[in-house]
Amino acid sequence: MDKFQKFSGIVVAIDRPNIDTDAIIPKQYLKSIKRSGFGVNLFDDWRYLDPGEPGKSNSERRVNPDFLLNKSRFKHAQILLARENFACGSSREHAVWALMDFGFKVVIAPSFADIFYNNSFKNGLLPVVLAANLIDQLFEDFERQQDYQLRVDLENQLVTNRAGIQMPFEIDEFRKYCLLNGFDDIGLTMQHADQIKAFEQKYFAQYPWLQ
Amino acid sequence: MSAQTLYDKIWAAHEVRSDENGLTLLYIDRHLVHEVTSPQAFEGLELAGRALWRKESILAVADHNIPTINLENGITDAVSRLQVETLDQNCDKYGLVVFKMGDERQGIVHIIGPEQGATLPGMTVVCGDSHTSTHGAFGALAFGIGTSEVEHVMATQCLIQNKSKNMRITIDGPVAVSITAKDIVLRIIAEIGTAGGTGHTIEFAGEAITNLSMEGRMTLCNMTIEAGARAGLVACDQTTIDYIEGRPFAPTGENWKLAVSYWQTLHTDKNAVFDREVHIDGALIEPQITWGTSPEMVVSVNDNIPDPAAESDEIKSGGMRNALAYMGLEANVPINEVMLDKIFIGSCTNSRIEDLRAAAQIAKGRKVADNIKLAMVVPGSRLVKRQAESEGLDQIFIDAGFEWREPGCSMCLAMNDDRLEPGERCASTSNRNFEGRQGQGGRTHLVSPAMAAAAAVTGHFVDVRKLVR
Repeated sequence: MDKFQKFSGIVVAIDRPNIDTDAIIPKQYLKSIKRSGFGVNLFDDWRYLDPGEPGKSNSERRVNPDFLLNKSRFKHAQILLARENFACGSSREHAVWALMDFGFKVVIAPSFADIFYNNSFKNGLLPVVLAANLIDQLFEDFERQQDYQLRVDLENQLVTNRAGIQMPFEIDEFRKYCLLNGFDDIGLTMQHADQIKAFEQKYFAQYPWLQ
Repeated sequence: MSAQTLYDKIWAAHEVRSDENGLTLLYIDRHLVHEVTSPQAFEGLELAGRALWRKESILAVADHNIPTINLENGITDAVSRLQVETLDQNCDKYGLVVFKMGDERQGIVHIIGPEQGATLPGMTVVCGDSHTSTHGAFGALAFGIGTSEVEHVMATQCLIQNKSKNMRITIDGPVAVSITAKDIVLRIIAEIGTAGGTGHTIEFAGEAITNLSMEGRMTLCNMTIEAGARAGLVACDQTTIDYIEGRPFAPTGENWKLAVSYWQTLHTDKNAVFDREVHIDGALIEPQITWGTSPEMVVSVNDNIPDPAAESDEIKSGGMRNALAYMGLEANVPINEVMLDKIFIGSCTNSRIEDLRAAAQIAKGRKVADNIKLAMVVPGSRLVKRQAESEGLDQIFIDAGFEWREPGCSMCLAMNDDRLEPGERCASTSNRNFEGRQGQGGRTHLVSPAMAAAAAVTGHFVDVRKLVR
């Protein structure tokens, strides 16, 4: 996993609450046994006007000209601004893989579904929770400004706009540490292997039917 | 020791270590695996040169891609086939228990786990699937995880977790006759919203809950994730113990006695404090139908489709307008007047024997309405299918004009060939009515099995209580 470094990035906003993981990456693409290649089908049902299938070239499909991700100025967007309960529904990590494969590094929303929130950190995608009134403000700014950008600084837990207004966010210390260092948490857990073995010994003595 | 909730007790029993920030290494007893969310985890394990920690904890099955018709032809979609073959190969390589396509025990992962006695009270159960919450019906802490966490459990038998908050939802008093677990859970989601349980583990309590069979409790816990909570719980009682006894993976002999005496301690202490308590009057719950594209968009069967103009929250009313447009519906119309195209009885929510019995009772001696293009029944597992056939339920469905299919996830998420075409409207016993969930442009209404059968024979939604004999 790459280390998460501070950056300024283009923002794109999707103004809908409860965007679900089926919308982020529809089921037919989950048939892949790989982790990569999902970006071209991110928000597939909204991005294209005709149905897609794995293996079918997207260049032959009709693009929805109204969907923001299809506008050339958002081609290199790195920050997704969304509404409450972002990525609810299925546990598919493919949703995170698709967002990252498109180029997103950060999603900012007032709230996230729990499983997606967890999955994000495992891949280096940063979910930032900001208060709903701040999110309203960001949506307004996005509507007004042509080339809207934000700066995200994980180390100092700050989102900053061009005017220099800082919006602090909360994040779990361990998750922050893993993102900043690009750590694989399986490796970190393996350091406790002896403790897990000791736990098992005691555990199976107490609950022998589970062995 | 201070009074503990059921969740507190299960959590404490599985804590390998905790740091000063409350981050816990949680031990996992049962790992259910299916073909969609595991290939990248197996691959990751291999690339890192890591071993599998405890292969006995794993029970694997292919379900999402499995066709429900013409099984003798195998899986004709090459991409689907490769995914299922990859699961089989990975399981064979590591020597895991796997129910392959065609196995008598094959079925939907959340059906077969309990059916085999692989889900036991007090366990931690995980699976790369959000509906793992189903297993909470047994008083097990069960939740869905992503593929990276699947790999983490494979490699370490543990997960790094923050403890959730405690929430209790009590259904006060009994529910009326003909009101099912599906109606209860849809009502709960309507009340607390799809993010209402975020960050919480929900324990369900009250007379209406303890009156439920294990099948009903599984339906209830299954859709806890639709209320935003990763895990739902129902305390273990005699109903639970009776269900488990004698199943293939269940403990026997001396171990059975030990297990039962431990399971009987698995309930919330009398004075335990919950972070949030919700009460719902059981007597007020009617048959429920979703009208929109989020499981919280629910009405009772005799209600009208709601009007966004009456919603003061702008974001909410915008969401309602989007949903009405997608669903091709108008506000203020009685939901009973909505005509349907397809009926789907199946999924990890409602494909157990009790669900099929309830649907068959309504279908018996009636015919699927002319406007219904397809009404299909997809049993949750081959064992459920065999049981239903031994009771003659298959013939009831076939006589009524339903298709009687092979087990799998099927049109709940349409990863196989079973799907809605654009614009088609379906009464479905599944769990999600998201845009495109059952096929691009498809329109899903979530209901109980009896309500789906009633919709099949009348062609539109109808209060099932009018059809009960």
